[in-house]
Amino acid sequence: MRTNRRMFLGGASTAAVLSASGVSFAQGDKKYSDGASDTEIKIGHTNPYSGPASAYGVIGKTLQAYWKYVNETQGGVNGRKINFISYDDGYTPSKTVELVRQLVEQDKVLCTFNTLGTPTNTAIHKYMNQKKVPMLFVATGASKWGKPKEFPWTMGFQPDYHTEAVIYAKHILANVKDSKIGVLMQNDDYGKDYWEGMREGLGKEVGRVVKHVTYEVTDPTVDSQVIQLKDSGANVFFNISTPKFAAQAMRKAADIGWKPAQYLNNVSASVATVMKPAGFENVQGVLTAAYLMDPTDKQWDDNADMKMWKEWMGKYNAGASLSDASNVFAYSVVSLMHETLKKCGNDLTRENLMRQAANFQKWKLPMALPGITVSTSPTDYYPIQAVQLQRFKGETWELFGDVMHAEST
Amino acid sequence: MAASSKKWLWGLLAAAFLVPLLRPVLPDIVSDYRLFLVSTMMIAAIAVLGLNLLTGFNGQISLGHGAFYAVGAYTAAVLMDQANWPYWATIPAAAIVCFIVGYLFGLPALKLEGHYLALATFALALAVPQILKYKWLEGLTGGVQGIVLNKPEVPFGLPMSEDQWLYYYVLIVMVLLYWGAANMLNSRSGRAMKAIRDYAIAADTMGIDTALYKTVTFGISAAYTGIAGALSASAIAFVAPDSFNIFLSIKFLIGLVVGGIGSLAGSVVGGIFYVLVDNSAQALSTFAKNDLGLQFDLSAYTVFGILLIVLMYLMPMGIVGGVYYLVQSMRSSMRGPQAQQQAATQKQHATR
Repeated sequence: MRTNRRMFLGGASTAAVLSASGVSFAQGDKKYSDGASDTEIKIGHTNPYSGPASAYGVIGKTLQAYWKYVNETQGGVNGRKINFISYDDGYTPSKTVELVRQLVEQDKVLCTFNTLGTPTNTAIHKYMNQKKVPMLFVATGASKWGKPKEFPWTMGFQPDYHTEAVIYAKHILANVKDSKIGVLMQNDDYGKDYWEGMREGLGKEVGRVVKHVTYEVTDPTVDSQVIQLKDSGANVFFNISTPKFAAQAMRKAADIGWKPAQYLNNVSASVATVMKPAGFENVQGVLTAAYLMDPTDKQWDDNADMKMWKEWMGKYNAGASLSDASNVFAYSVVSLMHETLKKCGNDLTRENLMRQAANFQKWKLPMALPGITVSTSPTDYYPIQAVQLQRFKGETWELFGDVMHAEST
Repeated sequence: MAASSKKWLWGLLAAAFLVPLLRPVLPDIVSDYRLFLVSTMMIAAIAVLGLNLLTGFNGQISLGHGAFYAVGAYTAAVLMDQANWPYWATIPAAAIVCFIVGYLFGLPALKLEGHYLALATFALALAVPQILKYKWLEGLTGGVQGIVLNKPEVPFGLPMSEDQWLYYYVLIVMVLLYWGAANMLNSRSGRAMKAIRDYAIAADTMGIDTALYKTVTFGISAAYTGIAGALSASAIAFVAPDSFNIFLSIKFLIGLVVGGIGSLAGSVVGGIFYVLVDNSAQALSTFAKNDLGLQFDLSAYTVFGILLIVLMYLMPMGIVGGVYYLVQSMRSSMRGPQAQQQAATQKQHATR
């Protein structure tokens, strides 16, 4: 699917939009769209600070802390202070529409950045592209955010769930003999994205899935689902669940003596919140794919990026959890936005912002795994497409194999 | 009294119809965003009116009107998405579907009184988002992905923006629905509804078919809220189960209580209140943190809660009841003591 998408040559419309003001301006020339001026750049953001998904609230707080740090220590970006306006949408799509309209039409932001959630971003997708306002680096792993042909103003960030699942499927087919796959899936859009990726990755071998069970976010446990999976005789366990349920499922599997090859989605790869509660002795050999460093993984303790991040967190985001992977994610994505704005120089038009966002060549992203970089182009709106497989050993993840690019799958 | 309030009403209506025409002259004040915001307020006002018919005028409590709102929104969305219905035709369809759902739900609800009914409707509100995700319905509802729609297009080539047209569309529907509700409440049926609220046994003795009135009221109330849902589907141009969580039902109830239970004007005020406060609670909390130097984070819901408590304490009869009381006491203090008693009795009637 991905490769097909890639093969489209260009997307003439995108090219047209992006080169509309294509003549390069001399460095001194100042050009502004709404939301940018000599002194200020306005950036809009929505995030659930309240309601059922409020656990993601930490992302918004870290983003705010970062822009505050940029304003205070560096005087903003190219001499312009960042005015970061963040609203609480409670993960409610109808609310997101209201708030994003407020950001675009009342607050007049230059762009939105890292708006969180798949349904919430779906609700504003069309609107932002009609209004021609950049909607950069959205915080969702769905696979629909990188379509420059239809939606030239929207760009994703992380490797999408679909691609990740394809990688697992290929790995299963190549490494597990006579595989019989049992799938545990959270019954929502995120779960379905993984599930469809897995089916696509298996291709003709899709019959190898012997059991597919689901749970709701509101369920107290997934015990009965795990027992069903064991009873189906599966020898591969594909675990599409969020942290709490992932830990429960792996512990339960060990408790009932089920020892399949386990593939855990990246969403739940945290050592502190998943692997430790599941019991280190129960999760040896579990596989997952990663693109960012896990702050609770001891192997990164001496890594320069990690040290810098921990120092930054202590100084400018005091009180935030050092074991929450969301804080790493936020730091990473906001660094990319920071770099994009720097590259814009004095041409802070919406067209140029998109042009710069779509112009990264192997940029070293802070906190990404070694070897994983950001690359974009006017036809490639997926900034990060590489992941690396890792296996749990002892008390940390052990990387193995090569960095895998979506193209190579 | 009646004549002056009629004048007010016509004045308000005229303003509501004329002000948006100023958009080309004063684009900063009458902006598309503000028109859109007022449209969402009117939609909320219709939903609150639906709940008011049930709770305020018939005495049945519902914590689950978000469910009917969702059913209305999805009925409209599915008809537009799958059957290519024009957006305006989905309003009666949503009303009919919601009336049937509400009527059917009203039947078992007859056996449930007071708190038990509140709990049953609460369960309904919790269940509906899950049902929308159900795999047999997924072909229709789009499951968790929801349905992306188009905004209503301006008809007859009128020189208007989409938001301006949306505003008029919602305004017309709202005025019709309020006119209908006012007439119904002033009729024999309306008096029967209120009689059941005030004293069910007495109403029964008077020959009112309480079971029929209660279930039909449930149906009408659901239909009103469903129409609001259908309008919101057009306004937001997207429906997804996450838009209809339990907070929605709670917000309708808050709007109802704050505006004034059992008052038509109160429903409008309630709708406006909940959209306004919902939007400004966060601004207030950041204001408290940054400008007043508050040390800890105050969540938007905390601010919302504090405002509610203050309001309930100062105006226990809701905003409309409170304002009416203020006006009355001001008048009577001007007129002198002998008129005060008269005003007091009037107040009692008015706040009912």
